[in-house]
Amino acid sequence: MSDSVNHSRRSFLEKSAVVGAITIAPGILLHQVANAKPDDQAVSDSVRWGMLINTNNCEQGCTDCIDACNTEHGLVGNDRPKSDTQYIRKVTLRDKMTGHELSLPLMCQHCETAPCVDVCPTGASFKRKDGIALVDKHICIGCRYCMMACPFKARSFVHEEVKNQTLSAPRGKGTVESCTMCVHRVDKDQIPACVEACGKGKHDAMMFGDLNDPNSTISKELEKHGGKQIRADLQLNTAVRYQGL
Amino acid sequence: MTNRFLRITFLLAGLALLFPVTGSAETPLPTIHEPEGEGVKCVEPEDVMRRNHMNFILHQRDETMHEGIRTSKYSFAECINCHVEPDENGNIAGVDTKDHFCNGCHEYAAVTIDCFECHADRPQKFIDRGGKSASLQDELHQTLAADEDMGGELK
Repeated sequence: MSDSVNHSRRSFLEKSAVVGAITIAPGILLHQVANAKPDDQAVSDSVRWGMLINTNNCEQGCTDCIDACNTEHGLVGNDRPKSDTQYIRKVTLRDKMTGHELSLPLMCQHCETAPCVDVCPTGASFKRKDGIALVDKHICIGCRYCMMACPFKARSFVHEEVKNQTLSAPRGKGTVESCTMCVHRVDKDQIPACVEACGKGKHDAMMFGDLNDPNSTISKELEKHGGKQIRADLQLNTAVRYQGL
Repeated sequence: MTNRFLRITFLLAGLALLFPVTGSAETPLPTIHEPEGEGVKCVEPEDVMRRNHMNFILHQRDETMHEGIRTSKYSFAECINCHVEPDENGNIAGVDTKDHFCNGCHEYAAVTIDCFECHADRPQKFIDRGGKSASLQDELHQTLAADEDMGGELK
C-alpha cells in the first residue's frame, strides 16, 4: 500500500518539473532563451540547464563521454583509481531476476535543492541561477563535507598537485570538484563535451537543453517519454534525468 | 657616554638609508616582455594596470564564477594569452621562472600569489597534455581556436 502511494507521489514529482516549466515560462522568455547570452549579461533563472540520458542507447564499455570530459577538463589520473578525480563514472546495473544489464553515465545531477550547497561552510559550493551546481575553488577550503553529503558520489577531491591544466578548467590541489555541466562551453552556447562526444560517436544517448523551455527538444522528449530521477525519494529535483531505468 | 654613542650610531644608520648603496649591489629591475604586434595595447594604461590589475582580476573572477559574465576585458585568460609568449626557441617560461610575465614582477616585489596553483600559466595551444587522448585533444584545440559558433547548437 505504502509503495503504491510512494510511486504515484514520485511520478507526480517527476512530471511536476516539466508541467511547472510549461506554465511558469511565459512566451516572452522563449525568444531570449533561444538566443545566445551576451558575454556581459549575467545568467538568469529563466533557464534551467539539464540533461536527459537514454540508457537504452548507452553502450556497455563505451567511455566516449568520460574521455571527452577528461580531455575538456584536463583530468589526468595518477593511476590511483580510488582517489583520482572523475566527473563522470559509468555504472552498470544488473537485474538479478532477468539478468538484464544496463549501463549509464553518472555525474553531478545538479539538484535543485542540492545537499552539497546546504552543507558547505564557506559558500564555495553554490548553484548558479541557471541551475548549474559548481565549486568556487577560490573559496573552497577542502573540508569535503559536500562529498559526504552528495548522494550520488559525484564529487572528487584533488589530492595531488596538478600541472598542465586547461585554460578553461582551472583545478588545483586541496579543493573539491565535480561535473560543471561544461559551464564554460554552455556560456558560449555550446553543448557539454560529453553530450557532444556521445553524439559524434553515433550513440545519441545524451541530450542537453533547457528544462524551463517547453519547446526545447529535451522538454518535449521528457513530456513525451518521461525521464526518471535517480534517488527520486530524496526529492532533490535533479537536472539530469534517465530513460530506460 | 653610552647615549651619545647610540645617538651617533642611529644617525649613521639614518644617513645610510638616505643614500642607498648604488652600483652592482642594486637589485636589477624585472624585464617586462611587451606583447608583440603593432598597435597592441593593454586594456588600461600601464600605470593603472600596475596599481590595479589585482582588483580588476578579482572583480572579474567573482562575476565570471557566479554570474557567468565572460567579457574578455579583464579576463585572466586574456592576460595570459597576450602576455605569455614563447621565446625564439619556441619555449614558454613557466610561472616558476623570472621570465614569466607575472612572476617577473611578483618575484621582484616579493609578492606571493596562488593563481597558478589552479590556473594555467600559458596559452592553451602551449599546454602539454602528455599525449593523452590525442585525437580528442586536437578536437578541443580546434574548438577553442575556432569561432564561438563551433561546437553544436543548443537543443
